[in-house]
Amino acid sequence: MAETVLRVFRGDASGGALTDYKVPVAPGMVVLDALHYIQGHLAPDLAVRWNCKAGKCGSCSAEVNGRPRLTCKTRMDELPKDEPIVVMPMKSFPKIKDLVTDVSWNYRVNKKIPPFQPRPGADWKISQLDVDRVQEFRKCIECFLCQNVCHVLRDHDKKEQFAGPRFFVRVAGLEMHPLDGANRVGLLKDELGLGFCNITKCCTEVCPESIHITDNAIIPLKERVVDEFYDPLTMLFRKMRGPSEKRNQAG
Amino acid sequence: MTTNYEVREHDVLIIGAGGAGLRAAIEALAQGASVGVVCKSLLGKAHTVMAEGGIAAAMANVDPADNWKVHFRDTMSGGKFLNNWRMAQLHALEAPDRVRELEQWGALFDRTENGAILQRAFGGHTFKRLCHVGDRTGLELIRTLQDRGVQQGVDCYMECTVTRLLVENGRFAGAFAYWRENGRFIVFKAKAVVIATGGIGKAWSVTSNSWEYTGDGMALAYEAGAELMDMEFVQFHPTGMVWPPGVQGILVTEAVRGEGGILRNKLGERFMEKYDPKRMELSTRDVVARSIYTEVREGRGTEHGGAYLDISHKPAEYVKKKLPSMYHQFKELADVDITKEPMEVGPTCHYMMGGIRVEAETGQSSMPGIFAAGECAAGLHGANRLGGNSLSDLLVFGRRAGMAAAALAKQTAYSSLDNAQMQNAERELLAPFSNKGESPYAIHRDLQTVMQSLVGIYRNAEDLERALNELQMFKARAAAATVEGSRMYNPGWHLVGELKSMLIIAEAVTKSAMARTESRGAHSRIDYPDLDKAWGQKHNIIVQENGEVVRRELPIPPMPDDLKEVLAAQQ
Amino acid sequence: MAGTPTPLPEAGLGATLRRDSWWTELVPVFILLGGFGVYATWRAFENAYYSWGPYLSPFYSPLIDPQHHWWPLSPALLVLAGPLGFRATCYYYRKAYYRAFFLDPPACAVGEPANRKYHGETAFPFILQNVHRYFFYLAIIFLVFLWHDAIKGFFFDGQFGIGVGSLILLLNIILLSIYTLSCHSLRHLAGGKLDCFSCVSFGTTRAAAWRGFSFLNERHMQFAWASLISVGSADLYIRLVASGLIRDLRIL
Repeated sequence: MAETVLRVFRGDASGGALTDYKVPVAPGMVVLDALHYIQGHLAPDLAVRWNCKAGKCGSCSAEVNGRPRLTCKTRMDELPKDEPIVVMPMKSFPKIKDLVTDVSWNYRVNKKIPPFQPRPGADWKISQLDVDRVQEFRKCIECFLCQNVCHVLRDHDKKEQFAGPRFFVRVAGLEMHPLDGANRVGLLKDELGLGFCNITKCCTEVCPESIHITDNAIIPLKERVVDEFYDPLTMLFRKMRGPSEKRNQAG
Repeated sequence: MTTNYEVREHDVLIIGAGGAGLRAAIEALAQGASVGVVCKSLLGKAHTVMAEGGIAAAMANVDPADNWKVHFRDTMSGGKFLNNWRMAQLHALEAPDRVRELEQWGALFDRTENGAILQRAFGGHTFKRLCHVGDRTGLELIRTLQDRGVQQGVDCYMECTVTRLLVENGRFAGAFAYWRENGRFIVFKAKAVVIATGGIGKAWSVTSNSWEYTGDGMALAYEAGAELMDMEFVQFHPTGMVWPPGVQGILVTEAVRGEGGILRNKLGERFMEKYDPKRMELSTRDVVARSIYTEVREGRGTEHGGAYLDISHKPAEYVKKKLPSMYHQFKELADVDITKEPMEVGPTCHYMMGGIRVEAETGQSSMPGIFAAGECAAGLHGANRLGGNSLSDLLVFGRRAGMAAAALAKQTAYSSLDNAQMQNAERELLAPFSNKGESPYAIHRDLQTVMQSLVGIYRNAEDLERALNELQMFKARAAAATVEGSRMYNPGWHLVGELKSMLIIAEAVTKSAMARTESRGAHSRIDYPDLDKAWGQKHNIIVQENGEVVRRELPIPPMPDDLKEVLAAQQ
Repeated sequence: MAGTPTPLPEAGLGATLRRDSWWTELVPVFILLGGFGVYATWRAFENAYYSWGPYLSPFYSPLIDPQHHWWPLSPALLVLAGPLGFRATCYYYRKAYYRAFFLDPPACAVGEPANRKYHGETAFPFILQNVHRYFFYLAIIFLVFLWHDAIKGFFFDGQFGIGVGSLILLLNIILLSIYTLSCHSLRHLAGGKLDCFSCVSFGTTRAAAWRGFSFLNERHMQFAWASLISVGSADLYIRLVASGLIRDLRIL
């Protein structure tokens, strides 16, 4: 059977190094299979976070040959065979051990977002037309690869001011929910730091669910922020009409 | 000694953060209880995310003739009448409300023309009944419950494993656990516990289940003195991926067949005509799984030992819209474009119908203070579960268990915790660091091989006997298993505890399977191929006695006349 | 089986474990966008060779005060801010130049210069990107003038005719129109801002509009480049003809 070398980060918050492991390669094998082989035969204490190994839970995020990927969906046969495959933990989160990082920051950010609030008098008849757009956002499996690759978090470490693409996707799913009555636009601008995003689209490039994060979530949200805070005409129009368009829709 | 441990107090402790655990947590919170949810993984990663097809609920949005009675009848006949009839009734009655509730919490299902929740056909369901979101219904469900729970104020202990339930004066008092991240111990004082830890698929080698499915909750309840029931009924889903080897077992949703997928053997024959000409591909899972297995065994299997499942006669855009994750799964993992060519599929270990024996109304086990809901509880599905009945099970009985646990907690005070039990739990956890045995991974692989080959779809006395002997040897090996490294996020160490759970449950399954000398639902004995009337009247019960797995029998309580009438109608 | 440990790579500008030539994404953007910037600036100040026969360079349209009655400098300077502003604040170009010119980031999962202050689009100057929709309104007005110019390009001394220049101007205005109609702001204003299409009057129409603009919007990047090249080429062609370097070929 063919063999390949996996060069895996071993270490924790205090430091570490890349260690080489020889792994036999079977047809259709993915990087996570190779990591399991290492656990089962070479290093039983190799820390890897994973659950379903079917691309549905978003647990096994790591950086394979420098690219943020789900290891369960990264096939060995699509990687160059002549060099070791380098597997690193996600760079933007604090290391716990080996490939496992501390992603708890994401869960704290999530708590800041007001939940779905049905508009008063909603009759729960919803057209598929209105559902289609939001369902894209609800495909998110929370692998946090978008958070990891986003340079605002990765290079500039703005975790205090900036919520990151995952949570813009979540807010988009709420804001564009046909029956939602809450307004999160001010929150987006201030607490969630939407303005820090400079739409360089790396989040979209890495999304394993192919959500068009930048074009369908972030930019439409930026336009909504413009509606409320930067566009004098709409702001004036809004003032003259009194209640927001959103509340009008309920009637 | 207690002072050495981190101690947390909650009225209601919930183990497991899948659909059932989160629904229980939301309900217990709504009743005013303080709630702690402990889960082995991160929040939102539970096995529920993998549920694809939908939630079965007789909402009659697509087929107006549907109602709870038909759903009840379908569930009972799918379960070969071994179901707890009261659970089947409550489930059929309450599922529609639970679905509407999800929608009110923000879930967005696919819609009908007039804006109602769309429902699709599924195996064993008379009518189009499965409320769905493409083929990622479980994700929608868990995300909705997760957001709801977080906003209502659930305290969540992520990546934390409970290894023992603490018992005082014959009732539940607390739980001993460790943080996976750093290996430190934590003790929960609680008045009631809801176990919602799912199934045991990881004891088999070909399975659709995630690593978490190691039977922990069932083993915890068993060790605390609760009864397990119907453990021989392990569902093999007919359609898992068979090729390439790395993806073997990954689920191919029943929705493929619900949307019109056709099964063929290598000769191109639509073989379900032979096995169930009436329902064809949408027969119950036990029947379809056995049919595929039989085709392969008799030499009509595909190149890699499965059957062909073909949906390519439907328009490509439709397939991509209704089965997006199947499309991507095959494209990325198997280089197969399902809109153009057939998939290769074969049976994969999928679901445990048996589990902790519970009261229908409350989900309380035979041990006071210990509740269970979802896959780890037994009763609703009888001898075979219908697709779509699992997500509704989580919601209906998760809510009921949460409510009952909170009610019990209101009338109960915290018990003091017994140091000896905690010290034992600690000693047991630390033993692998000083043991001189083998790696737990090797034992796990051997266990999977034995369960797969000897306690699979078809069983016989000889195989089961051999399996039992093997299990005894595995137990000895597991007790001596050793681990390398430190207590910091050490998967080898974690596996030792899970191995213990799997061995208990595997033994319970094998003993029950050996006793049931008939074939019923998911339990097929080659040496007893027919239904046995006497066995149709009783459950297998498993309890711990003097540290041994002991089997008993329990008669099924008689069904009230009104339900009998419901069953008799239109039969 | 475990081999010897390898030390970890260092951080800083360009630090990455990516194996591909990530900079190949940057180079064409840098050259094309930079080249266009230099050429457009030079042409705007040149104040010559911007019209020939019925053709008017898009850089100089609408042509204001070419006789210098009150504006002493090149008339292009009076109008160029409109189209330039539209492109400078365009959601696609922002991505392109933040990456290629500001290296912020140079590419995905590639390190940036260390210790750089970052405010994104929350502070001056980039907070001004929020006015993109006003440039869009302006761009619509420019489209009207440029359509007028393009049609005029088919009439030689009052007679209908077709020259190579006529076709270039026509192609250019078509590409410019599609680029403008694929704008993210338009997509938002047309229907994207609604939460519930089926709850408002004209909802289905607006949903259809939103879908149509979304379809174009998915190709915004392609239209941005195509129209950038076409507008530069149109100006270049007219300059070459007007300066007498080449002759406009009459087809009809």
